[in-house]
Order: sequence, then structure tokens, then C-alpha cells
Amino acid sequence: MSNPNALLHRRDVVNELLRDRADLLVIAGLGAPNWDVSAAGDHPNNFPLWGAMGGASMIGLGLALAQPKRKVLVITGDGEMLMNVGSLATIAVEAPKNLTIAVLDNERFGETGMQKTHTASGVDLAAIATASGIRTSRIIRTMAEVTELRDLAHEGRGTAFAQIKINPEALVFVMPPADGVILTTRFRQSLLGDEALFN
Amino acid sequence: MAEAAKSRAEAAPALPTWPDEIYRVLKDVGIRQVAMVPDAGHSRLIRSFEADPETRVVTLTTEEEGVAMLAGAWLGGERGVLLLQSSGVGNCINMLSLPVICHMPLLMIVTMRGDWGEFNPWQIPMGQGTRPSLEAMGVIVNKVDEPDLVASTVQGAANLAFNTWKPVAVLIGQRVLGAKNFKELARK
Repeated sequence: MSNPNALLHRRDVVNELLRDRADLLVIAGLGAPNWDVSAAGDHPNNFPLWGAMGGASMIGLGLALAQPKRKVLVITGDGEMLMNVGSLATIAVEAPKNLTIAVLDNERFGETGMQKTHTASGVDLAAIATASGIRTSRIIRTMAEVTELRDLAHEGRGTAFAQIKINPEALVFVMPPADGVILTTRFRQSLLGDEALFN
Repeated sequence: MAEAAKSRAEAAPALPTWPDEIYRVLKDVGIRQVAMVPDAGHSRLIRSFEADPETRVVTLTTEEEGVAMLAGAWLGGERGVLLLQSSGVGNCINMLSLPVICHMPLLMIVTMRGDWGEFNPWQIPMGQGTRPSLEAMGVIVNKVDEPDLVASTVQGAANLAFNTWKPVAVLIGQRVLGAKNFKELARK
């Protein structure tokens, strides 16, 4: 039996969330979540952010509302989520069934020198999500729970939120294309077909 | 009696028609998502969209959420509009890099404060900074100060945004909206 107090590894978590991803649509937040999602494999249905800090979950909302039959998974970091916790209130009110938000919580601002975020002092994002009205909200500490979250995201039975406690390790960057036009166009073409190029 | 009623009707100020005209323009360009932080100047337009089963009206906690949300809408193949006040433009600045760098359309309709006849000094900095802030971020700005030109300005901005994948803002001046004066209200 492995140590139950051991923190999860961020790329194991993301690999599991994206296992057999089928036609899942993925928004990756600024910073390490972008590199983690890219390390799991570049994909036209990924929209990885190189900026727009604080925007990942709301991009997920707009996409989920526009594509109610597809499943949308936002994978972002604790610093990014803390910048716009108000978006959890907005998302709870809209309550799209097909949106899951997974926050990789290393309790650090990883891109800027590993300074502690508010979650290191106990700020509970899952409780904020719950209090906002996202009923399926949880803190995750085991891979078995990550697998449950993966299944929730793929099934799309209601808005879901998870704060996943991960090791604050600095890993090699794996980068997707940085050109926003390429990322936007290939995502829309993959989702909407060639018609997207004409509209 | 009839003459008196007619005379009263003529004396009463007519309801502005431009919010209804904007609604029609936005319907014609296929708006499906309306992201907004409520504003008195937009209240009539918001009521029209709320009564429309084809549009989703999303109330934001801060305007920058709407910039991100409408980027997601565009990725998913839907068109949206962001309704906000000039003070809300200040909340959007960094998020505007998203539609600018990704060549995504973004249509913003901004009701102005701190512009013409303003009574509240705290509205001046952002009101006067609205156009230069937007332009500094690469947003195309059209200002309108004539009620009769509001609908055509929005039409042109919507076409520009959705045909050329640019962020475009229409600023509706206080000359159109009518400047509030809370000092008068306080005396009543």
C-alpha cells in the first residue's frame, strides 16, 4: 500500500483525466496545466492558454453553452482559479451539465518562482465552489478519485468541480503551438468542420 | 377631452427606440449568448433578450468573465455580445489579449459614464480612459452620440467584428443615454 498522504503527480493526474478522451473538448489554463495537457499529447480539441489568466473556466462555460452535446473539461491551476473565483458563481448559476473544472492545486505560483498561493494557507476552492452552488465539488487526493472525476467529465451529468492536491514539482515544459490563430482555427475546424473557416 | 389627452401625449417624452433597434440588429447577426454586467442604459435591451428563448443571458460577476466566455462561445460556433458600462471596460484589459491574439470576434456595447453631463467625479477617470484603454489593447472603437445613429453603428460594428474576426466596441455616449443627476434626486 502506498503512502496515503503522498501528493499526486500532476502529469499522472492529467494523463488519467484525458485517458481515452474520445471527443472531449479541453481548455488548459495558463502555465503548467498547459504543459501537462500538452505532455499528454497535442490535440486539435485542446485550447491551451498562454495568457488570459483567470479566464479558463469562463472559456469553458461559453464553449459548454455553445456545444451542449459535447463534454468540456477545463484543466487549470490554483493561482489561475483564485484570480477569478467569481466565475464559479457565474458557472453555478448557469449550471451546464457538460462542464467539469479540474484545478491542479500545488499551492504555488509555479511560473513565477514557486511562491505560495492562498490554498497553501488553507483556502478551500472546492468549498467556494460548493458555496457558489456547484454541488458536485470535491478535494481529490487519490488516483482512484481522479478516475472517478474522469468518468464524471466524460459522462456530463452536471457541472463538476475538483481541487486536486498535487506535488509542487517543476517538470520539463512541453509546449503546444503558441500562435493563438493556429490554436483557434484548428480547434474550430476540428469541432465545427471546414465550415468554420467560412464563418 | 380627446384634445387634452392628445396634447399630454405629445408633451410626454417618447421612449427611446434605439434599444429595440439594437436588439433587432443583434438578432439579425445571430447573437446567441449575451454576457452582461447590468446597466441602466442596457436594461431595455437586456429585458428583450431575457424574453427571447433563443438567447442565453449570462450575468457576470466582473466584465472580464464575459470576454473569456465569448471566446469560448466562438470556439463552440456561437456568436455573442458583451453588454457593459465604461467602468467595466477597465476590468477587461488583460483578458482582451485573448480575442486580439487569437483573431476572435468580440462585440462590446458600452454605455458611457464620465462623458457628457456627468455629475459623479469618480466616474471621470475610467470614462475618459475608456476609448484610449480599448484602443491601446487593439480594440476597434466606434462612438455614437446621436440616438438615430445607434442601430447603424452597432450594425457596422457587428459586421466588422464577425466578418473580420476583430474585437470591436461601440461606445454609446451620455448624450444618447441622458446624464443622471443624483444631486437632484437627493433633493426630492
